[in-house]
Amino acid sequence: MPEFNLNINGQSKTVNVDADTPLLWVLRDELRLVGTKYGCGIAQCGACTVHLDGKAIRSCSVPVSSIKKEVTTIEGLSDDANHPLQNAWREHDVPQCGYCQSGQIMSAAALLASNPKPSDEEIDDAMRGNICRCGTYIRIKKAIKTASKQ
Amino acid sequence: MTKNTPINTNQSRRKFMKVSLATSGGMLLGFNLLTGCQSESKAVAAKLIPALPIPNEWFDINAYLKIGDTGLVTIMSPNPEIGQNVKTSMPMIVAEELDVDWKDVVVEQSPLSSDFDRQVAGGSQSIRQSWESLRNAGATARKMLLDTAAEKWNVNPEDCSISNGVITSPAGETFGYGELASEAATREVPTEVQLKQPKDFNIIGQSKTNVDMEGILTGQALFGIDTQIESMKYAVALRPPAFGQALDSFDDSATKAINGVEQVIRFGNKIAVVANSTWAAMKGKKALVVNWKNVGKLENSIDHSNELKEYSSKLSDEPRRVDGDVEKAFAEADYVLEKYYEAPFLPHACMEPMNFYANVTSEGAEIKGPIQTPQWTQARVGKVLGYEEDDYGKVSVGMTRMGGGFGRRLYGDFAEEAAEISQKAGVPIQLIFSREDDMLAGTYRPASAYRIKAGVVNGKLTAYHLTEAFYNGSMFGAMPSNFPAGAVPNYRVDCHQLETNFTTGAWRAPYANFLAYAEQAFFDELADELGQDAIQLRLDLFAEAKNNPIGEEHNYEVDKFVGVIKLAKEKSDWINRGQGKHLGFSAYYSHNTYVAEVAEIEMVNDVPQVKKVVCAVDCGIVINRLAAINQIEGGIVDGIGHAMYGNFEFKDGQTQQTNYHNYRLIRCDEAPEVEVHFVESENDPTGLGEPTLPPAGGALANAIASATGKRYYQQPFIKFLDVKG
Repeated sequence: MPEFNLNINGQSKTVNVDADTPLLWVLRDELRLVGTKYGCGIAQCGACTVHLDGKAIRSCSVPVSSIKKEVTTIEGLSDDANHPLQNAWREHDVPQCGYCQSGQIMSAAALLASNPKPSDEEIDDAMRGNICRCGTYIRIKKAIKTASKQ
Repeated sequence: MTKNTPINTNQSRRKFMKVSLATSGGMLLGFNLLTGCQSESKAVAAKLIPALPIPNEWFDINAYLKIGDTGLVTIMSPNPEIGQNVKTSMPMIVAEELDVDWKDVVVEQSPLSSDFDRQVAGGSQSIRQSWESLRNAGATARKMLLDTAAEKWNVNPEDCSISNGVITSPAGETFGYGELASEAATREVPTEVQLKQPKDFNIIGQSKTNVDMEGILTGQALFGIDTQIESMKYAVALRPPAFGQALDSFDDSATKAINGVEQVIRFGNKIAVVANSTWAAMKGKKALVVNWKNVGKLENSIDHSNELKEYSSKLSDEPRRVDGDVEKAFAEADYVLEKYYEAPFLPHACMEPMNFYANVTSEGAEIKGPIQTPQWTQARVGKVLGYEEDDYGKVSVGMTRMGGGFGRRLYGDFAEEAAEISQKAGVPIQLIFSREDDMLAGTYRPASAYRIKAGVVNGKLTAYHLTEAFYNGSMFGAMPSNFPAGAVPNYRVDCHQLETNFTTGAWRAPYANFLAYAEQAFFDELADELGQDAIQLRLDLFAEAKNNPIGEEHNYEVDKFVGVIKLAKEKSDWINRGQGKHLGFSAYYSHNTYVAEVAEIEMVNDVPQVKKVVCAVDCGIVINRLAAINQIEGGIVDGIGHAMYGNFEFKDGQTQQTNYHNYRLIRCDEAPEVEVHFVESENDPTGLGEPTLPPAGGALANAIASATGKRYYQQPFIKFLDVKG
C-alpha cells in the first residue's frame, strides 16, 4: 500500500493506506484520533469537520492522497482545551449526547478565525452544514457569540 | 411527596466490600477514564485532574459509591447515558445526600450489574424511578461515615455537623470522609436514614456542567464507535435492501480481492465483511454482488396512507374508553367538527450510527457499546449465541456514551449482529452501520393516523371521539384517559392496530409524539371555529374535569395541567397576540410531566420561521437546572424539526430517504429561541427526555394557522411549503 506523509496537529505522521481512503478513517482507524466523527460519509452532516490549512473541510469526503497541507483536528485545537470556543461550550453547557460537538466546534473555529465577529446570519451560514440531532443549536449559537465576545 | 421522615434504606451490602488498591493497574487506568466534576479551574479540568489527590486506596461504601483515602469520591452512574445527562444528574442526587463537595466527586459509568435495579434509558424514567435509591445510597453512606466519626469522638452523632465531606464534632474536631472511609466501609448498613428536606439541597437544583464535557471538548474516546481494542477487526454488514426481501445468492470474489478484507461471512439473510479497517470493510461491502429474492409483501407508503385513512373511519369492536354516547351526542349537537391527521414512519437518525463491539470466545461474550437496554440486550445476545438462559450472565455488557438514541437504541439488534459476527469470525469485532445501513435497517416510528370528531352545544364541547389507526401497535396504558377524558360527557376512543412487515418501535415520546399534535391542532381549530380563545377553551374543559369529572378516572392532575397553561399564557404575553404577533398554543401531559408551549412565528417568503417558544414545565424538583433547560430546548427543536421536515417514505419495501442529503433534519438557522419557566415544586422529580417534544408541533401549526389561516393535517409540513433543502 502507498505511503502518505501527513502533518496532523503539528506532528508528522506516516500512514500506509489505500489512496482513496478518506481522511476521516485515516484519523480514526490509523492514527486513533477518534474525536473526528463519522456521521454520513457524504459531507452532509458536518460531524467529521477538521481544518485543512485553517479552513473547515469534511474529512469523510476527502481522500488521504489529496491532503498536502496541515490538518488540525479537535484533539489539536488548543493546548489545554482553552480555545475560546471550548471555554464558551463549557460556560453554556452546550452538549447533550455530544457526538456532533467536535465537528460543530471545528466549524465554528474556522468561522471565527476568518471572521472574529460574525453576525447571526454569518453564524447560521457557517453552521448550517452541521447537524445536531439533539437540537443544541440554540446553545451552539450562544457559545459562538460568547467566544467572539459579542 | 418528598419524604422527610426516616425511611428504610433497603440498601443491600455487596459482598466485595474490601479495599481495592489504587496501585493496581486497573484502578489507575480506570481513573484516566474518569471525569472530574470540578469546573472552577478550566486548566485543571482539562487535564481531568481532580481537586483532591488521587487516593492510594479506595473503599466501597455501597454499589453507588466508593471513597478514597484522600476524600475523593467516585460515584457510579448506573443508567445508560444517551444525551439526557443522567451521568451528571444521577450522581448529583447521590452527592447531595452524601453531603460532599461536587468538585471532589468523579463519576464513572457502571457496567450492567445486579447491584442496580433499573439500568434503562427510556420513557423519561431514569430520574423518577431511581430518585429514592440514589438518595438512599448517598444518605446511607453519609450515616455510616457520621457514625464512625461519632464513635471515635465518643459523642452523639446528632451533635455533629457535616459540610462538604467534613464532619465536625461538638468540640470542633474534624474528620474528612477520606480519613473515615476504611472504617465506615466495614460497618453494618443502617436500616434507617434521614433524607434531606428540599430546602436544604445545595447540589440538587444547581447547574453542574456535564461530567463528560472535557472528553467531548477534546475528542476523547467516549462513544461506542470509538471503541478500539488490540486485535479488534472492523465489520460492516449488508442487509436486504427492502422489507419483504431475503438473500438468495452472492459472489464475494471482488470483495475478497480488496486490500484489508479478511473474511466474508453469511449470517441469516445478511453478509458481514470483516476487515482490518472500516474503509476496507465498507469498500468490501460495496463490491459484493448479490441476488435478492422476494419473500414477502413489498409495501408502499401510499398504501399505508390509504389503509390508515380507511381504518380511522371505523369503529372498533372493543373501544378503549366509552363515556356516555358520542353518536347520540353528535346527532344532537348544533356544531360538529371532524378532522383527520396523519404521520409517516420515521427513522431515529441518531448522529452516531448503530455500532457495537463484541468478542465471543468459548468462555463467553464480552460486548460493549451504545445501548439503552443493557439487561434486555444481554439476554438477546445470550439467546442468539445459543446459550442456555441460566448462562446469559456469560455475556458481559459494557455501556458507552451514546451519540443519541431517541428510542432506536432500546433495540439491541446491532449488538446481536455484532455477537453473531464475532462468533462466526472467531475474532473480536466492531460492527459499524454506515448512514445508509442505519436508515435502511431502522426500527421506525410507525406511521399513524388520528381522526377526531367533536360535538358542540351552545359553544360547549359535549362529545369527543378519537380514533387511532397505528401500525404494529396501539396507544398503551392510561393514554385513552388522556385529556379531554374526564372533561366531556360523551367520550370514546377507538384503536385499530394495522400490520406491516417493517421493523417498528419506540421513537421519542411514543404515541404522544403525534397524538399530541392531532389533539392540540384540533383544539386550536375548534376554538377558532367557535370564536373562542384557544387557551380559555381548554381551561373551561379543565374546570369541568375538576368540578364535574366524567368517568371513573383520567390520567392527569387538573391543577398541575392548569398551572403550566397559565404560566405559559402569562409569560408569552398571550393577551397581546394578533396585529402581526402570531402565536400558537399547545399543552400536553406525557411521561409524568406537564408542559405548555407558545410558539411565535414570522412568515418569511411564505415559510414559517419560528422565532421563539415560551415553555412552562412542571417536572417536580429540578435536579440540574442548566441541563434540564437543555433537554427542554432539545425536545422543542426536535418536535418542530420533525413536524416541519421529517419526510420519510417507502416504495416497494425500500426506504426512499437514505442519508442526510434527502432526509431532512432541522438545521441551526431554523432553531428558535426557547424561554423556559419551571413551576417551582417540592414534588419528587419526573423526567424531561421526552415531554417537551409532543406539544411542539402543535404550537408551531397553531401559530401558522394564526398567521396564514392554513392548517396542516399531515406531517411533515415541508410537503406543503417551498422550503430550502
